[in-house]
Amino acid sequence: MRFAVIQFPGSNCDQDVLHALRSFEGVEAHYLWHKDTSVGDADVIVVPGGFSYGDYLRCGAIARFSPVMGAVKEFAARGGTVLGICNGFQILCESGLLPGALVRNRDLHFICEHVDLRVETNNSRFTRAATPGTTLRIPIAHGEGCYTADEATLAELRKNDQVLVRYAGPNPNGSLDDIAGIRNREGNVFGLMPHPERACDPLLGSADGRVIFESILAERN
Amino acid sequence: MSDPAITPEVIAKHGITPEEYERIQKILGRDPNFTELGVFSVMWSEHCSYKNSKLELKKFPTTGEKVLVKAGEENAGVIDIGDGWAIAFKMESHNHPSAVEPFQGAATGVGGIIRDIFTMGARPVFSMNSLRFGPIEGDDEEAKTNRRLFAGVVSGIAHYGNCIGIPTVGGEIYFDESYSGNPLVNVFNLGILRHEQIARGGAVGIGNPVFYVGAETGRDGLAGAAFASRELTEESKEDRPAVQVGDPFREKLLLEACLELLASGCVAGIQDMGAAGLTCSTCETASRGGTGVEIDLNLVPKREEGMTPYEILLSESQERMLVIVHKGQEDKVREIFEKWDLPYAQVGEVKDDGMMRVREGDRVVVEIPARQLADEAPLYSREAAPKKEVRALDLATVPELDPTESLLKLLSHPSIASKRWVWRQYDHMVRLGATVLPGSDAAVFVVREANKILAASTDCNAIYCRQDPRDGARIAVAECCRNLACSGAVPLALTDNLNFGNPHKPENFLQLREAVEGMAEACRVFDTPVTGGNVSLYNESPIAAIDPTPTVGVVGIISDPKHITTSAFKEAGDAILLIGDLGHELGASHYLKVCHGRKEGAPPLLDYDRELAVHNAVRAMIRLGFVKSAHDCSEGGLAVAVAESCLAAGPQLGAKLNLHTNGLRPDQALFNESQSRIVITTPRGNAAAVLALLSWRGVPARRLGEVTADQALDITVDGRQYRWGIDALEESWGRTIEKLMSS
Repeated sequence: MRFAVIQFPGSNCDQDVLHALRSFEGVEAHYLWHKDTSVGDADVIVVPGGFSYGDYLRCGAIARFSPVMGAVKEFAARGGTVLGICNGFQILCESGLLPGALVRNRDLHFICEHVDLRVETNNSRFTRAATPGTTLRIPIAHGEGCYTADEATLAELRKNDQVLVRYAGPNPNGSLDDIAGIRNREGNVFGLMPHPERACDPLLGSADGRVIFESILAERN
Repeated sequence: MSDPAITPEVIAKHGITPEEYERIQKILGRDPNFTELGVFSVMWSEHCSYKNSKLELKKFPTTGEKVLVKAGEENAGVIDIGDGWAIAFKMESHNHPSAVEPFQGAATGVGGIIRDIFTMGARPVFSMNSLRFGPIEGDDEEAKTNRRLFAGVVSGIAHYGNCIGIPTVGGEIYFDESYSGNPLVNVFNLGILRHEQIARGGAVGIGNPVFYVGAETGRDGLAGAAFASRELTEESKEDRPAVQVGDPFREKLLLEACLELLASGCVAGIQDMGAAGLTCSTCETASRGGTGVEIDLNLVPKREEGMTPYEILLSESQERMLVIVHKGQEDKVREIFEKWDLPYAQVGEVKDDGMMRVREGDRVVVEIPARQLADEAPLYSREAAPKKEVRALDLATVPELDPTESLLKLLSHPSIASKRWVWRQYDHMVRLGATVLPGSDAAVFVVREANKILAASTDCNAIYCRQDPRDGARIAVAECCRNLACSGAVPLALTDNLNFGNPHKPENFLQLREAVEGMAEACRVFDTPVTGGNVSLYNESPIAAIDPTPTVGVVGIISDPKHITTSAFKEAGDAILLIGDLGHELGASHYLKVCHGRKEGAPPLLDYDRELAVHNAVRAMIRLGFVKSAHDCSEGGLAVAVAESCLAAGPQLGAKLNLHTNGLRPDQALFNESQSRIVITTPRGNAAAVLALLSWRGVPARRLGEVTADQALDITVDGRQYRWGIDALEESWGRTIEKLMSS
């Protein structure tokens, strides 16, 4: 399966995602430059974490105007698999590929630590290899990871099983309904604040993030 | 606009003495103009020239079989780590800027040290920092100011490091009266590179074009190097324009673009514009290359209109580099810098006349022999006060306090308390390397590019250095190496940051000399050559000089991931052993400071042979697979070390210890800071074997007790029992800083 990892100016988890992806069998992974106007022959697009364009206006707000995001939108509209991590989740929300928005953490501080996530459903191409109700230990690292949405959107998310992961322990950032990650209604776009690529090697304290990538890879079968 | 006339007042305002001015006249064979005077003033400031410390710094050992680039040769030393890989690392201070503007001061400090590392051709992979502030407890104005400085510095470091994507993995923070009004912000960065990638900062190749790349030049940070070479006064706030503004996003682009440029093979020389900006990079590259450099200021990308040559040359705008490119490969620079959307301009070329020549169009505004400017600043050996005998502590004058309360008091002192509130704000996990999270004895980091495991620690006990700078500096090196040993690492090399007061005061200069000599001696003993570092003098608030703080950062290597060891207890039932003696020394201890309000007495003795034997012993036991946790005894002694190991465990564990002391006072047994001591745990069944092996190695050791599942720490000293609930310990140690900072 071919993965393309987007590089925006200011992306800083691009190399980490590539490294993690290459630890899976059957993965071919390469970068996609923000000025590219096509996603090429990629099967999966990963929008990695970082501070795209310095996050100066609002997190992800400038990245959505980049040439590559036009191509990603078309790719998503065709049903292509898109995974947004941290800043990538923010960009997907800003681009309208996912509903809602991410705002400043409740305590206003940047927070970097391991958190426990509960897998809410495995009825998704991003969690199908996991058992619902399982707890995953995956790190977060963000200043603006507090998910928010209006009531109607939240009702939709719940009704359609779109919340894939919730914070299982104390909610670190004050997000609505303890939401850590959501998919779009069609099920091919997933954004989450925690960093599964940072939990793919037991040497780093947890390999629980692998199940997300394993789920995506399970599409082959 | 005409330049101000050169009067004795103007000269003095530039911090140039009459003798130095004469020397300038001699070098030039004429009077300098106003711009040239400015250029000399920054290049000959302590910050750039080390004129008051260089003669002392020569005492450091700087060579070794692993040293690929020596201290002082380039921006940072380079050390071989095997398999064709090398590391470049260095520590630098941003004390003065952080005192005036904590957020930007600390942020630009991080930016500066990162540039120093990628200038060497290395990819920066992790940062650390060593911070000192005044007391943060209480409601008085001073405490509020200190809290503001502390919060500002931490968020400045977080802002820059998190955005640029370089993890901040460890460091140390102390709080003491002596830093009120003069905080210390020492930042460390380490980068990885292949041997053949080492980049040089020389302007070589006559006729090669000189490029300016990175952010535009503005009026910010004017003459910051000169500002950093004075004492802080009440008026220092007016120096706020001397503090630069950092843009980590720009630096991230600059970092990627420069590494791409260096990999393209078109670079002949590269130098960052840090202190003294364009001035320093121009004359230093020329001096290193044994050439001259000529630039035209009209071609320099500028953020503001109407800047004078003086302003352009002395600006310390951040995120800028000077690159000397092989002639004919100019297009490569254009291609790469346009890809990264960064400003660049060809501003001059390498000449054969040894001059730093600056033009503004056709008009020559500066013409100075580069070598004399960059490398021949006057050097001073200042007057050192005679050495005073350090009086040993008379224990009879120290009242015996209830150890139950004293331990809680020590654990809740911000210097000892958990720094979780701080490192939670730093992205310490990016780059997938942090295998030991902040808070253990040393940071342990897997460098993915090279598949090497590095360990790093920074240390300095300034109370020891205040009481005896020579012994204090020796212990700083020893403790740093001990921390590495506890994590399973062998030390490779050391960087230092010497923070002292005004060197014109003989008592301060004595401290500097003593500390350098002590540190140099210890570096030889532990085989850790000095790869470079930084000197920060003039650290004086309106009240007094800081306690001398010669901070060291040591980097080591761990050969096998199985050897990575942390300070946290792992499992109930494990035996707790002490490698080293029970100790007895309370002089200059934190117990004395925190519980008795006294900074006095001689620091503990350091016996090099014992210290080395202990390091080797703990590493040997780790390699044999016997050690489940290791933590050295430092501030607060054995009781604090054991409490920290209980609390660092997740989930937290208890411990039961029984000490037989041969007549020590309980407070002495629990809180003494005698050196060369490490608490380890091992599975119960191995304890006897470990003790036998240690005895065979000639290292004293004893079994203290065991890890328990009880939520309590129990310590019996010669039959007297003390007991603390884990909750109470956690409340003191784990929550103190968080509570203080949210009040």
